[in-house]
Amino acid sequence: MTEALIEAVEVAKVLGSGPGQVQALKGISLAVKCGELALLMGPSGSGKTTLLSVLGCMLTPTSGTVWVRGRSTDGASAEELAKLRRDNVGFVFQTYHLFPTLNATDNVRLALDVRGEKRKAAVAKAKDALTNVGLAHKMASYPHELSSGEQQRVAIARAIVGDVSAIFADEPTAALDSENGKAIMTILSSIANDHSRGVLVVTHDARLIPFADRVIYLEDGRIIRKEKNSVSHQ
Amino acid sequence: MPLIFKLALRNLFHDRLRFIATVIGIVFSIVLVTVQMGLYLGFERMVTTMIDHASADLWIVPRGTKCFEDPSLLAARNQFRVRAIDGVVDATPIVIGFAEWRMPSGNTTPVFVIGSNIKSKGLLPWNIVDGDLEALSTPNAIAVDKSYFDRLGISGVGSSAEIRRQRVRVVAATNGIRSFTTTPYVFMDLDKARAHTGISSEEATYILVQLSPESNVDTLRRRILEATTDAEVLTSTEFRDRSRSFWLFGTGAGAALFGGALLGIIVGTVIVAQTLYSSTKERLIEFATLRAIGSSSAYIYKVIICQALISAVIGFSVAWLIDTAVVRMTAETALPIIITAKLTLALFLLTLLMCITSAIAAIIQVTRIDPIVVFAR
Repeated sequence: MTEALIEAVEVAKVLGSGPGQVQALKGISLAVKCGELALLMGPSGSGKTTLLSVLGCMLTPTSGTVWVRGRSTDGASAEELAKLRRDNVGFVFQTYHLFPTLNATDNVRLALDVRGEKRKAAVAKAKDALTNVGLAHKMASYPHELSSGEQQRVAIARAIVGDVSAIFADEPTAALDSENGKAIMTILSSIANDHSRGVLVVTHDARLIPFADRVIYLEDGRIIRKEKNSVSHQ
Repeated sequence: MPLIFKLALRNLFHDRLRFIATVIGIVFSIVLVTVQMGLYLGFERMVTTMIDHASADLWIVPRGTKCFEDPSLLAARNQFRVRAIDGVVDATPIVIGFAEWRMPSGNTTPVFVIGSNIKSKGLLPWNIVDGDLEALSTPNAIAVDKSYFDRLGISGVGSSAEIRRQRVRVVAATNGIRSFTTTPYVFMDLDKARAHTGISSEEATYILVQLSPESNVDTLRRRILEATTDAEVLTSTEFRDRSRSFWLFGTGAGAALFGGALLGIIVGTVIVAQTLYSSTKERLIEFATLRAIGSSSAYIYKVIICQALISAVIGFSVAWLIDTAVVRMTAETALPIIITAKLTLALFLLTLLMCITSAIAAIIQVTRIDPIVVFAR
C-alpha cells in the first residue's frame, strides 16, 4: 500500500466571520501519497487553494484532522506548523515568489538556511537542485535575468532542496506558455517518480491531466470525483 | 556571508532612496546627540578649568559659594590661622572679580581678573606660549590668553592697556585658557588684582590650602573649619561638583543640553522606525514567502534586526566622521565640543539600541503576516 504523506480526514474549513463567512471546505478526506502526482481541479471558488493551504499546514481546519506523516496538526501553534512545513512540505507558487535581491543559488539556499543548514553544504545542495531542474548555467542569475519558466524552475528547486516529502504546487503553469508549462510538469512528474515524494498540483488547466496519476475534482468545497489516470506520465 | 545578513543588506540597498533617508535620520540624530553631549562635556570641563589647575588640596570658600566665579569674599586673615595648623603646608589667598579693560584705542571690555601670589603655588596661568611666568611679579604685569588678543585690542607680549584706569603690561601669553562666559581671564599678582577689582587687603575670594602628603584630609578639614569664620572647607572634587552643578543644572544649561539630546534620540528613532516599517511593509510578501517555506518567526526577526543594525553601523560611521570635523572646528572656541572614547562607545551603543527599538514596529507588522497571502494572485 502506498504511504500517505499528508492526509486530511473529514476536513471542514470556514473562512471569515459574520455575514461574509464562507464554508470553503465541507468534510474532505484526501491523502497525498508517495510516488504520486495528483491534480486538484475545479472551478474558481471551489476550495482548491484552501485545501492546499490546509494540507500544507498553512491553515488549520475548522473541524476534521490533518495528519502529516502520522502526526496530527490539531492544536499546533503557528511555530509548530512552520516546523511541519519546513520538515515536510515544499511549495511552488503561481507567481514564483523568488527574492529579487538574491541570485538563483541563494534563492534556493534560503529554504535550507531557514532549516539552519550550514553554508557550505547548503550551497552545494542548492547547486545540485538547480542542476536537477536544468539550471546549472543560471546559478548566479537574478530573478529579473531569468525567463518565467526559469523562475518557476528555481522555485521548484527551492521546494525540493530541503528533501521534503510533499510538494504542493499552486497553478504552477498558469503564468507560462504551453512549452514552459510542459517542461515544468515534466519536472514535477519526475519528482513524483522518485517514490519517496508526492506531488499535489492545483490547476484549472486540463492539458496537465496526462501528467497526473490521479485527478481530484472539487466543487463547492466538496470532492465530487476522483479519477485514476491510466495515461502514463509524459 | 551569512544569508540572513546578505538578505538584510540587499533589502536595504535595493531601495536606495529609502536607505539614504534612514541613514540621514540616524546621522541627524546621532550628530545632534553627540553635539549636545559633547557640549555638555566641554561645558563641564570649562566650568571647572580654574579649579582643575589650582594647587589646592582644600578650598576655603565664603559660606554659600555656588561656583568658582561667585564674587563673595571672606576674611583674608583666615590664612594665618590655617597656616598655624599642623599638617598645613601653605594657605594662599586668591582674589577674582570683574574689571573694566580699556584698550589702547580707548574702547572698553569687561575682563575677569584672577590674582594670586606669584611666589606661592596658588592659581597661576599655565600653558604659557610666550613670555615668562616669573615676569608676572614685575610691576603692572599681566598674563592673558593669545586667543583674546584681538578682543582686548593688543598685539601680544609687550602690549599695554588699562584696567580700572591703571596701566597694565602683557608679559606672558597663554594658549587655551578660555572662559565659557567669553569674558577674558587676566592673571596678575594678588596685590595688583586687589587694586584692579577694588577688593581690600583684608579680604580674599578663596584661600587655597596645601596639606602635607601624610596628613589626614578629613581631620584637617574639621580643624580648618573650626579655625575659620563664615567659610566652608571643600575638597577640589567637592568644589568642582558644586560648580558643575550650579552651571549645568542651576542655570538650566545642562537640562537644555540633555533635552536636545533626548530630542535627537526621539527624532532618530521615529525616522528609522518609519523607514524600516515602510520597507518591511513593502516586502511583506517576501516575509510571507519565508514563513510559507517554513522559516521560524525568529529567522524573520533576525532579518529585520540585521537591517536595523546595518543601518545603525553605517549611520553611526557617517555621524562619527561629521562629529570628528565638528570637534576640530570647535577646538579653539570658547566652548569646545569634547568627545571622549567613553562617549563614542556610549553613542554607538545608543545608535544600536535606537535602531533595534525602531525595528519593533516592523517586527509587529511581520508578526501579523498570514503565510497564505502567498497564494494571492
